[in-house]
Amino acid sequence: MAKISIDGIQYEVNAANNLLQECLSQGLDLPYFCWHPCMGSVGACRQCAVKQYRDADDTKGTLVMACMTPITDGGIYSIQDSQAVDFRSHVIESLMISHPHDCPVCEEGGECHLQDMTQMSGHNYRRYDFQKVTHRNQNLGPFLNHEMNRCIACYRCVRFYGDYAGGSDLVALASHHHVYFGRHEEGTLENEFSGNLVEVCPTGVFTDKTFSAHYSRKWDLQTAPSICSGCGVGCNTSPGERYGSLRRIVNRYHHDINGYFLCDRGRFGYDANNSPQRVTEPVFAQARINGNSEASAHKSMTALEAARQFEAMTGGEVIGIGSPRASLESNIALLQRVGAENFYPGLSDGELACVREVLLLLREPGLHCPDIRGLEQCDCVLLVDEDLSNTSARMALALRQATRNAATAMATAARIPPWQDAAVRELAQHERSPLIILSPQGTRLDDVASDTFLGTVAQQIRLLNAISRCLDPHFDAPVESPELVARAETIAGALVQATRPCLVSGISAQSPALIQATANVARALRIRRKGETESPVDLCFAMPEANTLGLALLAEGSANTLSAALSRLAQGKADAAIVLENDLFRRAPAAQVNAALAGQLPLVVLDHLHNAFNAHARLLLPAASPAESNGSWVNYEARAQSAYRVFAPKEPLRASYEWLTPADPVQLPLIGSEEILAQFASAHPGFAALRKLLTQREGLSAVMKSPRQLPRYSGRTAMQADKHVHEYRQTLDPQSPLSFSMEGVPLQKDSSLLSVAWAPGWNSNQAISKFQQEINGELQQGCKGVHLLTRDGVDASYTQTAQLSEKTLSPYFISHLFGGEEISAEAAAIQARASGPYACIDDKRARELGVNQHGRIAVHAGELSVTLPVLIRQRIAPGGIGIYCAGELDRFTLAQELRVEAVAEEPDMLLRSREMFRHLLINDSWQGRNGA
Amino acid sequence: MNSQIIASTASKVVARALTEQERHEIDHELSLYPDKRAVGLEALKIVQKHQGWVSDESLHAVADYLGMSAHELDGVATFFNLIFRQPVGRRVMLFCDSVSCYIMGCENIKAHISKRLGIDYGETTADGEFTLIPVPCLGDCDKAPVMLLDGEQQRRLTPEKIDALLDKAGVPSSLGNE
Repeated sequence: MAKISIDGIQYEVNAANNLLQECLSQGLDLPYFCWHPCMGSVGACRQCAVKQYRDADDTKGTLVMACMTPITDGGIYSIQDSQAVDFRSHVIESLMISHPHDCPVCEEGGECHLQDMTQMSGHNYRRYDFQKVTHRNQNLGPFLNHEMNRCIACYRCVRFYGDYAGGSDLVALASHHHVYFGRHEEGTLENEFSGNLVEVCPTGVFTDKTFSAHYSRKWDLQTAPSICSGCGVGCNTSPGERYGSLRRIVNRYHHDINGYFLCDRGRFGYDANNSPQRVTEPVFAQARINGNSEASAHKSMTALEAARQFEAMTGGEVIGIGSPRASLESNIALLQRVGAENFYPGLSDGELACVREVLLLLREPGLHCPDIRGLEQCDCVLLVDEDLSNTSARMALALRQATRNAATAMATAARIPPWQDAAVRELAQHERSPLIILSPQGTRLDDVASDTFLGTVAQQIRLLNAISRCLDPHFDAPVESPELVARAETIAGALVQATRPCLVSGISAQSPALIQATANVARALRIRRKGETESPVDLCFAMPEANTLGLALLAEGSANTLSAALSRLAQGKADAAIVLENDLFRRAPAAQVNAALAGQLPLVVLDHLHNAFNAHARLLLPAASPAESNGSWVNYEARAQSAYRVFAPKEPLRASYEWLTPADPVQLPLIGSEEILAQFASAHPGFAALRKLLTQREGLSAVMKSPRQLPRYSGRTAMQADKHVHEYRQTLDPQSPLSFSMEGVPLQKDSSLLSVAWAPGWNSNQAISKFQQEINGELQQGCKGVHLLTRDGVDASYTQTAQLSEKTLSPYFISHLFGGEEISAEAAAIQARASGPYACIDDKRARELGVNQHGRIAVHAGELSVTLPVLIRQRIAPGGIGIYCAGELDRFTLAQELRVEAVAEEPDMLLRSREMFRHLLINDSWQGRNGA
Repeated sequence: MNSQIIASTASKVVARALTEQERHEIDHELSLYPDKRAVGLEALKIVQKHQGWVSDESLHAVADYLGMSAHELDGVATFFNLIFRQPVGRRVMLFCDSVSCYIMGCENIKAHISKRLGIDYGETTADGEFTLIPVPCLGDCDKAPVMLLDGEQQRRLTPEKIDALLDKAGVPSSLGNE
């Protein structure tokens, strides 16, 4: 800590930071553009100039850029000094020279950092009356608009896109007043974090194209604190609603998880909420009761009729199948309705077996599950199998930062502060912390990897076992070839040398053996490090869905599997079945699901989107989407977080837990999410931690509610005038500490229920600095969620891993960020980036089969035969074959032994598949930014 | 191994093959730097020397050869005014229009060139022979006005000197005098 004086006032500040960061941490207003809390300083824009004085006798002082000035103890500075104020006003005047007068039609208007800083700097009259520089804009694909004329050349976009996120197709072109931030040729921005440019850009050069289609000003959006349901990371989001439809998503800062950045699936997948596929009313398939499957006989009904029908259909013994993409509350409600013995987690058998392993590992005291911030701090990462960039992309972004720790260490040794971004990069060049990737095919992180091993799951397990043996000679592993042992030794060496090594994997391969083998490496590493350090080894597993772990926790201690449920259904060993927000065709072999459906049990499905499975429901109940219902979600760390509904769903939609909890449906209010959690937490000691989540909420509801709308929310009295001349009553929300209104306790520097960041003078999302304890610090009174698991298990000895056969041709399954997740795949912008199913093979197999790039092959597995377009890649596991199911193919049947053969090429098919592959994010043998 | 993007956002441009001579010269530069990307500018200069300018096809070829994206290489190419991303004439006139030359009446000289060749700054004669480009300074202020033609400094320019140069190049005196 250091003591400094700013404008005559004493402050205690962190001497490790620069002056700008500390000014902002103290709540002072100092304008800036090029500096970003997560990307450090480059001193490019000259906007944050302040006066620095040598000592108390120095009355003149010198102008310095605050972002480039290290703190010195006893330093004397002035923000208000007239020369500094004058300098800043001239800087912004010159930055604004070519900036258009288009605020009223600009989508950034009202949440524009440039507007805020211009106001702050007092530049309000333009003296420049020469010709402005104008640029041609580019079509950057389905996610982003481009309006280069608004650019003030702060370089933040390329620093984020290239330096931070590893993208190579957005650059600064030309120089001086012609400088242009764009692509060398028009086309879709490829990086999976491109959407962050919307928030990184201080003005309206990059704006959200999906938002344009139904634009509303920030102050007119109704928002609530929410959790992304795109994968198991649990990023915090601020979705915005207007006129009953979801308009966009922006980042909501969480210190330990997403920080300032979201992936593009999370940001642009929201539009599924407005999809024509939404289930908007109860569908009762009357015809099916008479054995007639004509769809025309479907009868729609009111919510009340549907609730009564639901009760009538589900008397007696009812099978309940839960869902990893439904909230904890909905799963609990189902569990309580059907009883534990009839509750089946709606995970595939493979997923369930994996998650059970992971739950055990999350309790082992010798291991530690890092949060995203923790991942960024690791100085050696072994990534096993999981294609993070396509499954849990935010984790991949964190691992990319972890490889920079070597650079930070070099800088520290050279006494360069880590926030000196350009200097640190210049010093380190291509020096990176080790990132070792075992994978069946090349990944999007290969450009920063120190070593990549291409192998099938069986080959990866062999390498992992060899690594364990290198770390601990007592580890019992089969003797391997000298090449493999040499490889294992190098990897083991890197892990041992690191101060904070980390192992990361996931359950996408649905292989418990792989999880055990990875855990064994972590255990062996802990044994090896004994004596040197007692700190636990970092080990984490990405979860595919927002509540995979929560669902598995609910079903813990039960032996129920999905296939058991399906065979019970097929045999008619129950009176009815309820399936919660789940497309079972994605969870089990189609033959099994069809057999279960043929059992003719009354089937009730609750869901918010129509899909292949719920088309078979006798009663389909319309469920509120995650944005329309309160709910808690358990992420990959077993951290439970609350999401609040952004807006009330239209009748007859209800949250699944409301449908599932027997109540008199006429008597409102229906059961609340808090009530469900509270009851469950008291009855189940394993979930006692949930009460902490509730205490946080209760403290909040005790006082007045917090508004979901900003004070300037407009049109309240007029927005429903087309329906009725009188102003409608505001929707009440007895279930949460938030109100559907602009009245209530305004959030001033208290982020406990921060719907969206806003502070006086700070209209953009960068207002978040006003809610942080310090820049990049925790939120003040923030809800970080609660960890449901404690390390109360025992340190297990090694788990014997099953030897997998390497003889048969069984495929690995490919994941894609866009289209690979069921719900976001219904968003139009995501669909524009998604592909259909395809197969991936290497050159050798392509030659054997006689198939060309983008040609087609037939794949046979059991009774299933499909024809797939082919992507020939250089970097895939020797002898491997990858299949991308796109939510259409039956992965479970294909997982058996495969037979493949070439199919005659048809030119139009070739063209079609080439078109399909256009937007895939696959770079092969791509050396990327490494170059060397 | 050369980098190869198998499937990404489709580029309409197909990289041309670098000539053996170009590859040879680029390889020499590669041997002088620890980092392939550092050769970007030199490689562009080599290609321009042989091709006259850097086409999109050349840009992609060099980018592939150096293991960087065409976008990143174009950032380098467009930063430098004298890497030509559009075709230029066989002979490029780099005409100084900076302070000293301005004082010494370069505007008249430029008007004379434009009149004889029928081109303005940034334009190329219809026969593809000359391109006229302004530069801020050629470091020869005591001999202003100056220009650089075919790598040779032309000093103390007068309309007569321009005529002599253009006559020698076989430019008919009527050109542009319509």
